[in-house]
Amino acid sequence: MIAEAGLAALWLAAALALLQFGLSLAGNRLGELRAMVVPAAVLQGVLTLFAFAMLIWLFWRTDTSVVLVAANSHSDKPLIYRLSGAWGNHEGSMLLWVTVLAAAGALLALVERRLSQDSLRATLGAQALLALGFFGFLLIASNPFERLDPASLQGQGLNPLLQDPGLAFHPPTLYLGYVGLSVAFSLAVGALITREVGPALARAMRPWVLGAWVLLTVGIVAGSYWAYYELGWGGWWFWDPVENASLMPWLAATALLHSINVLAARGSLRAWTVMLAVVAFSMSMIGTFLVRSGILTSVHSFAVDPTRGSFILGLLVFYTGGALLLFALRIGSVREGARFDLVSREGALVVNNLLLTVILGTVFVGTLYPVAVEALVGEKISIGPPYFNAVTGPIVLLLAALLFIGPLLRWRRDSRPNLRRIAVPALVTLVALAATFAAPMGILPRLGLAFAAGLAAASLLPLAGRKLTRTPLTIWGMVVSHLGIAVAMAGAASDSAFTRETLAAARPGETLSVGPWRVRFNGVDPVDGPNWTAIEGHLTATRGGTTLRLDPQSRYFAAPPTETNEAAIVTRLDGQLYTVLGHQEGDRWQLRLWWKPFVTFIWLGGALIALGGLMALLGRVRRERRRVVGLEEQPA
Amino acid sequence: MSPSRKHQRLVLVLLGVAALIGAALLAMWGLADRAAYFRTPQDVAAGRAERGVPLRLGGMVREGSIRKLPDGVTVTFELTDGPASVPVRFRGIVPDLFKENSGAVAEGQLGRDGTFVADNILAKHDERYMPPQMGNQASELKTRETVK
Repeated sequence: MIAEAGLAALWLAAALALLQFGLSLAGNRLGELRAMVVPAAVLQGVLTLFAFAMLIWLFWRTDTSVVLVAANSHSDKPLIYRLSGAWGNHEGSMLLWVTVLAAAGALLALVERRLSQDSLRATLGAQALLALGFFGFLLIASNPFERLDPASLQGQGLNPLLQDPGLAFHPPTLYLGYVGLSVAFSLAVGALITREVGPALARAMRPWVLGAWVLLTVGIVAGSYWAYYELGWGGWWFWDPVENASLMPWLAATALLHSINVLAARGSLRAWTVMLAVVAFSMSMIGTFLVRSGILTSVHSFAVDPTRGSFILGLLVFYTGGALLLFALRIGSVREGARFDLVSREGALVVNNLLLTVILGTVFVGTLYPVAVEALVGEKISIGPPYFNAVTGPIVLLLAALLFIGPLLRWRRDSRPNLRRIAVPALVTLVALAATFAAPMGILPRLGLAFAAGLAAASLLPLAGRKLTRTPLTIWGMVVSHLGIAVAMAGAASDSAFTRETLAAARPGETLSVGPWRVRFNGVDPVDGPNWTAIEGHLTATRGGTTLRLDPQSRYFAAPPTETNEAAIVTRLDGQLYTVLGHQEGDRWQLRLWWKPFVTFIWLGGALIALGGLMALLGRVRRERRRVVGLEEQPA
Repeated sequence: MSPSRKHQRLVLVLLGVAALIGAALLAMWGLADRAAYFRTPQDVAAGRAERGVPLRLGGMVREGSIRKLPDGVTVTFELTDGPASVPVRFRGIVPDLFKENSGAVAEGQLGRDGTFVADNILAKHDERYMPPQMGNQASELKTRETVK
């Protein structure tokens, strides 16, 4: 009954989406009936949430009379992985996608007060049309509630690599981000339909884009850390197609976030902002398409299903094509924004947007080029880190350089004397550059470290001369996010410049050294886990007066048969010691040891970037609230 | 709308177009320079693989070619795609599914002496990674064997 209730709720929600879309099209003839758009959106959100709750319930009980549960879960699994199994597969993740889409539509219908009634209705109509496509996809091509007859006894299990707390919450975080961008898309489409592209649109869009951007950032950072500790390769970014699939919407959202500020504050960049909103959500859909279609085989090859790819591709072409067509038809009639000089905050944000667009373009080409070549010529090629590093590296440095200047400029126009404040970060960069000559390293890490130091100084400058306690949260958000970029850059540069590696086959009792550490290999023991067995190595690491124990494992899972490496990692203030147990060679065991100074700064920086976004979001919401109760006349 | 306003919009549009063209040029330069990332032993034999730049070399591990060096962490083997084979040296922990007559991809550089020095090995059917080229190659080799 649970499964049937979930399925019925989905059908009802789909019907409501159809009604909502129809009402939004109907125009004035229907009069009062058009007010039904809002309750339809809310009810649709509630029904999909109910359906998703039913799926979770099925997984919680391991109801193996449902195909999806039988194929993706196992009664022996720990509770958290039984629950995360609900979205750790194709059907479940698509249901999650629709749920977030519909819930976001409901929330928008409930809270949005800045837009005109016409614009809001058009926006909700667009959101309903988006939801309809995905409801159709679920109900026709991937019903998550399909029954299995006869029921399976235990279920098949979940890929052991997915049995990790990081992976249980990584996909939903990204999805929430992807779908948050759907609201920006619908708002853009709604504004185009009613020709109301202006500051009100930007203010309505901003919290959604900020929220989506924060979640995308968290998802990407978490995914990067997962790859770092789970794969045992010691790397943190592989330019894997699936990583790129989440990076591309992030880049578009980052550009959008900055252009929205120009639109909200100054009324400029109207067409560009609308275009970016369309592009950002299209990138989310491309990301979903790449991951779900199996068109790109990758680290994430467990998510492969070619037949379903075409459905998502169809939706992608329909929505993006439709939005672009509308854009082409309407943009000529959108009112011109306010003028500004090139040397101004607006000018800097335009350059920021151009650089982000160039990075997005090159990542897009690099990710999809192999697909295009295979489709057109039939030849399989692969594009890897050498391409991505070469084309994105220099632009990232340019972006960092822009961050020295941009936040210090004033809106509309700025004169040269104000540019003198750049002297501070420039000086810091030069001093840092001089300091790095004490250590031997490559040119990119050297520049990275120096820029990171200068950027840290530059990002703090907007606080100079302000009363810290009275500085708005939105300014703090910008400062913290930009500082996070500096911290992450420093971590990445330090990792590539100073990492020390020791690889050896050791007998029990032998001592190896890596960086400042002496590591004694004490031997191995067999260990049993809930659904795996393992060989566990015992290491004692010493440095100065500190002694640490590390127990890296080599794990064997029976169902499905898989081996995984559980690296043992300890974190110190100045870096991480990362150890991997390899194979047995006679009476010796292979050991791989890394000392990675300040590698944690990479994710710490990522966390700061997300925190800054969150602070800006809170600042906006608070200001909005004050405006509503009349404490503030006009948002700045 | 004053002429200067129109002028500003035009400048912005031109900048946007310039960014897109810039991205395309940059991507094409990058592709021309580095897209030849995946190579087969036949490419190497025919001299179509650059030396001293990062590459991926894919093929089957030739039967009887795996040697372990005394240090316990270095292996040498040959990757073959039928007609041609390339000697590979790898210092590191090989994946669990790395074995003879099985597909593998080596990431590294081709040295002056013709030996491919790998700093990473990806094995076929490794849950962690399976490069797109491998599936194809393995099936091609099988077909070739059956034809024989």
